[in-house]
Amino acid sequence: MITKTLIKSSAYYDSVTLMLVEKNLSKLDGVDGIGVVMATAHNKEVLKTAGLLTKDAEEAKPDDLVISVRCGSEEVAKEAFEKVDELLNKKKGGGFSGGAEVRPKTLDSALKQLPDANMVVISIPGKHAKDEVEKALDKNLNVMLFSDNVNIEDELYLKTKARDKGLLLMGPDCGTAIINNTALAFANVIRKGKIGIVGASGTGIQEVTVLINEFGGGISQAIGTGGRDLKEEIGGMMMLQGIELLNEDENTDVIVLISKPPSEKVVPSIIDAIKTCNKPVVVNFIGGEQQEIDENIYFASTLEAAAEKAVLLSGTSIRKDYKEVNINTEKLTSQQKYIRGLFSGGTLCYEALLVLRDYAHNVYSNTPIDKAYKLENANKAYQHTLLDLGEDEFTVGRPHPMIDMTLRAERIVQEAKDPETALLLMDVVLGYGSHENPVEELVPAIKKAKDLAAAEGRELPVVAYVCGTQEDPQEKQKQIEALEEAGVIITNTNAEAARAAGATIKSLEKLVNLAT
Amino acid sequence: MKEKNQLFKKDIKVINMGLEIFTDSLKNQKVEVVQMDWKPPAGGNKKLADLLKKMR
Repeated sequence: MITKTLIKSSAYYDSVTLMLVEKNLSKLDGVDGIGVVMATAHNKEVLKTAGLLTKDAEEAKPDDLVISVRCGSEEVAKEAFEKVDELLNKKKGGGFSGGAEVRPKTLDSALKQLPDANMVVISIPGKHAKDEVEKALDKNLNVMLFSDNVNIEDELYLKTKARDKGLLLMGPDCGTAIINNTALAFANVIRKGKIGIVGASGTGIQEVTVLINEFGGGISQAIGTGGRDLKEEIGGMMMLQGIELLNEDENTDVIVLISKPPSEKVVPSIIDAIKTCNKPVVVNFIGGEQQEIDENIYFASTLEAAAEKAVLLSGTSIRKDYKEVNINTEKLTSQQKYIRGLFSGGTLCYEALLVLRDYAHNVYSNTPIDKAYKLENANKAYQHTLLDLGEDEFTVGRPHPMIDMTLRAERIVQEAKDPETALLLMDVVLGYGSHENPVEELVPAIKKAKDLAAAEGRELPVVAYVCGTQEDPQEKQKQIEALEEAGVIITNTNAEAARAAGATIKSLEKLVNLAT
Repeated sequence: MKEKNQLFKKDIKVINMGLEIFTDSLKNQKVEVVQMDWKPPAGGNKKLADLLKKMR
């Protein structure tokens, strides 16, 4: 084996582009290991761990692009380096993005190209984000800040500035928004309608908007706030701003708020703001009690219930003609005792954990609701396990599992090998930003998993929920058909998938009791 | 000074700073978008970047 390095001086590419190039190159015959990264101190550490840090790579500057490959021969290295150029040129030269264009290096020059821009989407490394957000706010531009790793003091400073100027600052760590029926970052194609959403959770917004669409309703706006907005330090500043904007918006008749349970100190100001609204408000502090406070405020405990209530309030009768699915547990072996959930959507995992509380106490996770059920090692399932594969521990050096299915495909096979696995549960999130055809990678893994189990005399039921619409680029029906062909049981909502898993747990417990 | 935000009343026009997949998505939706060629200030050299910021 030899390790060869190519340096491209002062060639900056974003991390997702580079990770996708790296993934492509790793499939080349004869390539044993590959790293395609900007030569920052952190990335050099990553290369070192992978045994790819050559002397050239070590000496590279932070704005240099490093391609290090470990392979069997000089020819393979040469082929890999040529392929890098081909893949990167495809991006820069147009390819997916249309014709070649002059790309402005500063916000000022970007504004010269698009003088009436009203939104800046920022997804640069978090440590550089504050300065760029501030420049955008100073130019009276609304901002969607996708970047994470922005400290909370900077978030407070920037959101205060945005609020004082009446601008939206969605984020940091905001993955989903739909503004004027345009999907920003990770979002689905949703029917235009009268329901306005403010949400602190990306996949929470995706699930609620998709179900609103499914139930026959539509969306006016979906504003993301970033996950920390309802913490005490930020005080729900952008949620309050969003409520105000939607209350004034003549195209919004019903407002939906989505968040994991907020800080207790923030709740009163949110409730006060809701009370000033002249429109009905559905509140989904995921896991909160289902109740009606007064005739204008409704609390929903699941994303599914929130979507349903909002559609009804918007004056649309619900189109919902499905039955709950049942998993046949009779053919499972006595060893098959536990469900294993592999999620790409953090809030979908959280909602499933909440639903399963009604069925079992021993559901472990890398993101548990109750810390007592935190997995000691996220790489190994223990009893019933639900994993959020989008958490940092799984995403260092690789794209999010909504973009790249590799990790999930591996994990599907890993769980299938465990004789205690009784059921695999998963989400498949569609929409802009997500993988262009998830089933292309998931179906072979599911088939392999079922074959592995069958070879050892086991059946392995797989339950999946496809969070998306027929109008999404991936086409929901096409995804469902491919999954069903592989023997996957499809549910209509994420909560329903979790209930099916819960019913399976109950049914397995009954079998154990009968046997003893 | 707080002004009324006109965002919902106008077509959305986007400047994208960072991940190119977001520009691709916006173009697919026929939204006007400008992709910036963003690079870390001073080539990622923090000391130099801080100095440049002070000079600005």
